[in-house]
Amino acid sequence: MYKFSVFFLAAFGYSFVLVGCNNNQSSTVRDKILVYCSEASPQSFNPQLVTSGTTFDASSRQIYNRLIEFSPGTSRIMGSLATRWDISADGKQYIFYLRKGVQFQTTNFFQPTRHFNADDVLFSFQRQWKKNHPFHNVSSLGFPYFESMELGKLIKNIVKLDDYRVKFVLNNPDAPFLATLAMDFASILSAEYAHQLIPKNELSSLDTQPVGTGPFQLTRYQADAFIRYKAHPDYWKGKEQIDGLVFAITPDPSLRFARLIAGECDLMAKPLPIHLRAVIDYPKLVTLSEPGSNISYLAMNTTKKPFDDQKVRLAINHAINKKLLLKIIYHGNAEIAKNPIPPNMWSYNDTVSDIPFSLEKARELLDSAGYSKGFDMDLWAAPVQRTYNPNAIKMAKLIQQDLEKINIHAKIVSYEFGTFLNKVKNGEHHAALLGWIGDNGDPDNFFSSLLSCAAARSGSNASYWCDPDFDQIITQAGQKSDLKARTQLYRTAQEKFSQSSPWVPIAHSKQFIITHERVNNFHLTPTDGVYFSGVTLKPLHKTEQLSKQAEK
Amino acid sequence: MLYLVFRQLIHLVLSFFVLTIFTFSLAQLFPQGISFIIEAESNNIFSGETSQNLVNQTSNFFVSYYQYISQVLSGYFGLSTVRGTSVFDEFFIYFPATLELSFAALFFATGLGLPLGIFAAKHKHKWQDKVIVSTSLAGSSIPIFWWAMLLVLLFSLFLGITPVASRIGFEYDILPITGFMLIDTLISNQDYATEAFISALHHLILPAIVLGTIPLTAITRTTRSAMIGVLSEDYIRSAKTRGISAVVVVWKYALRNAMIPIMTTLSLQISVLIAGSLLTETIFSWPGAGKWLLEAVNRRDFPVIHGGILAIASFVILSHILLDFLSMLVDPKWRHR
Repeated sequence: MYKFSVFFLAAFGYSFVLVGCNNNQSSTVRDKILVYCSEASPQSFNPQLVTSGTTFDASSRQIYNRLIEFSPGTSRIMGSLATRWDISADGKQYIFYLRKGVQFQTTNFFQPTRHFNADDVLFSFQRQWKKNHPFHNVSSLGFPYFESMELGKLIKNIVKLDDYRVKFVLNNPDAPFLATLAMDFASILSAEYAHQLIPKNELSSLDTQPVGTGPFQLTRYQADAFIRYKAHPDYWKGKEQIDGLVFAITPDPSLRFARLIAGECDLMAKPLPIHLRAVIDYPKLVTLSEPGSNISYLAMNTTKKPFDDQKVRLAINHAINKKLLLKIIYHGNAEIAKNPIPPNMWSYNDTVSDIPFSLEKARELLDSAGYSKGFDMDLWAAPVQRTYNPNAIKMAKLIQQDLEKINIHAKIVSYEFGTFLNKVKNGEHHAALLGWIGDNGDPDNFFSSLLSCAAARSGSNASYWCDPDFDQIITQAGQKSDLKARTQLYRTAQEKFSQSSPWVPIAHSKQFIITHERVNNFHLTPTDGVYFSGVTLKPLHKTEQLSKQAEK
Repeated sequence: MLYLVFRQLIHLVLSFFVLTIFTFSLAQLFPQGISFIIEAESNNIFSGETSQNLVNQTSNFFVSYYQYISQVLSGYFGLSTVRGTSVFDEFFIYFPATLELSFAALFFATGLGLPLGIFAAKHKHKWQDKVIVSTSLAGSSIPIFWWAMLLVLLFSLFLGITPVASRIGFEYDILPITGFMLIDTLISNQDYATEAFISALHHLILPAIVLGTIPLTAITRTTRSAMIGVLSEDYIRSAKTRGISAVVVVWKYALRNAMIPIMTTLSLQISVLIAGSLLTETIFSWPGAGKWLLEAVNRRDFPVIHGGILAIASFVILSHILLDFLSMLVDPKWRHR
C-alpha cells in the first residue's frame, strides 16, 4: 500500500512535469494540420439532402466540386468541373464542356477506376430529379433545395452528348440557372461509387461515406466530437499545402474561443460579440468580417389559427421592438430588416417602410381581428448560434415579453438544431425564429426558397404562406433574363410581402470569423461558406505561445 | 466460496431484471409507447430501410416484454433516429472514453485520498487534520461545473499548461481499436505514437481532477475515520510497543483493516463517477457516453436514450457486484467461509 502511494505520487508529479514540456512536442505535425472549431455536427455528408450551412461546410465545401463555382471570397461564378459552356439564343439550352483528367478520391471503401465524366453529372442530378431513381428514396430527408427551387419542373432533360459534354434542356429560360449550379446541392458525386454500393445493398453509404473530387477527403468522423480530412493527393488543382484538416465540433461559443486562445484551434466559427471585443487583448488573433447576405426572421405558420389572419400577423409585427433586439442580441453588429432580402442585394426596395413598433396599433389590430383577449402560442427557437442570429433563445425571450404586453402568451419551444429543423419542416410550429443565408447572390434564392408556394409544399417556406399573385411575380422574375425587368418585379414582390406580413423580418447581421495569424489566404464568402482550399499555414515556433499581453 | 459466487450471480440477474422492467416501462409510458419509437426509426435520416421491430405492437405487455428482453439480450438496442446507426455499437464507441476518464479520476481520488486520510488520522484533532477535513467538506460541496471552469481558466487559459478540451491534440490521427486513447496511442503505428500518448495523458489531467474531486473527498473522509478507529485498537498499540516502525504499522497493519469501509465507499463512487461524467464530459467536450446521452436527450433520440441508460445502468450493476465480491475476498471473515 505504501509502495502504491509512492508510485502514485511519482506518477502524478511526472504528469505535471509532462505538462510543462508538452507545449513544444508537436510543432512539426501541427504545422501541416489546420484545426477549425466548428459549431455543430453535420446532418449528413451529402449536400443534396440538407439546407444547413454547417453541413455544407463539412461536405460540399471541402469534399466536392460543382460544375460551376464561386471564385474565392466573391459571388462571381467561374468554371470548375465544367471548363466552359454555351447557352442557346432562347436561353433554354446549356451545353457544358467538362474538365478532363479529374480524379475522384481514393478511400478505404472506394477505389476509382475512371476519371470524372458526364455519367457523374447525370447521376448527381437524376438522383434528385427522377422519382424512380434507385437512389432517390434512400434518405428520408428529401432534396430540399432541388425541390423548393422547382428544378424538377424547370429541367426538361439532361443529355449526355459524349463523355465530356452534357446538355441541360430547360422548359423555360431561367436567369439564375448558372448561379444555381454553383450552389452546394449541385455538387458532383461519383456514379461509379454509387453503382458499387448497389450489389452490396449499402445505398445509404453514399450519404454517410462521401467520395468527391474536391480538395479534401473524409478520413474519420465521430459525431459531436470531430471530423478529420486529409488532402486529396490527386486533386485536379494540385494537392493542398496543408496535409490535414480537422473540424473540432464545439457547440459552446465560449469554449471555441478558449480553444482558439489556447492554440488548439486555428479558426473559430461564429464568435459572439463579446469575443470580438476580447480579441484586442490577443495580438495573434485576427478578426475577419464581411457584410452578410442573410436575414433573420420570425416565420408565422399561416396554416394555423390565428396566424391565418393578416391582422394578427401585422399586430405581431407592430408589437416586437426590433431596435431592442438589435441592441441586445446583435450588439449593433447588424441592421434592422424590413424586406426578405438584404440591403446589399440588387432589387432591394428601400421605399417599403418598416412596420413601426407600436403597442397601440398592435392592440387595435388584435381587437379588430377578434382577439382582444389575446391567445396562447408556441414560439420556436433553436438552441444554436447562427450567423444571422447569435442567440435565438434569448431573442425568443425578449419577443415573449413584447407579446405579453398585447396579451399574447408565448411558450418557448426548443429542440436540438437538426430535430428543430425537421419539426419546422413538418409544420409543427406556430411561429419559429429562423434565418437564411443567401447561397448564390441572386434574390431568387431568397424569394423562391423561402416564400414560394413550392417551398411551402417542400417545407422550406416555414410560414406556409402561398399567395398566388406573389408567387406569379417571383416566378416571372426568375424566368426573365433582363435585369431591369427582374428588378421591377422583385420590388413589387417586396411590397406585397410587406402588406401580407407572413414574417416579422428582424435583422441582417454581419458575419465574423476569428483566426490565428498563422492562417493565411482564408476568405470569408458573402454566402457565409467556409472553404479551406488554398489556405496555407505559417509554422508555429516553439517559443511562440499565445499569451495575454501582461502590460495591458 | 461457491455459495458466494452463486449468491452474487443471483443478485446480478435480479437487478438486471428490475432494470429492464424499468427501461421497458419507461418506453411504454411515452405517449405512443415503444411502437412510436420504433416507427420513428423507420424514417430515420440515414437509412431508408425499415428497421427490425424491437417489439410487436399488437401483443400484450408480457409478450412485448419477452420480445424486448430477447432483443436486448442478443445485443440489439435499436437504431439512433438521428444517425441510423446501432445504439449498441455506438455505446461501445463512446463508453471507453468515459471509462478511461473514470479510471483516471478514480486513480487520482484514491492516490491522493488514501494518503491524505491517513495523514489526517495520524494527526487527529490537530490543525493538519482540521485543514484536511474542512477542505474536503468544501470540496464535496463544490458545484462541479464551476470548479471545472475555474480550473480551465487558471491552468489552461491563464497559465497555459493544460489543454482546454477533448481527448487528444487534433494533430494526432489515432485509429480507435480499443477505444481507450492511452492504449490506442501506444499500439498505433504512427511515427508520433509516443507524442500522441503524452498528449492523451496531458488531456486527461484536468477532466480527471474535476471528475475525481467528489470521490476524493469521500475517500479522504472515509479513510480518516476508518483509520482513526483502527489506530486506537489494542493490537496497533502492541505492535508499536514491540518496536515495529510507524510506517509499517500504519501502512501494513492498520490500513489493511481499514480497507473494508474504504472499499465500500469506492464501490459507491462508481455511480458518482458515471453521473459526474455527464457534466465533466460536456464541459471538456470529452466524447464519452455522458455527452452522447446528453446530446441524445437534446435531439429526442429515444432509442439512444433508452439503450444508453440500459447499457450504463447494466455496467454500474455489474461493477457493483464485482466490487462487492472483491471486498468479500479481501475480508477474512468471508474468505474462510
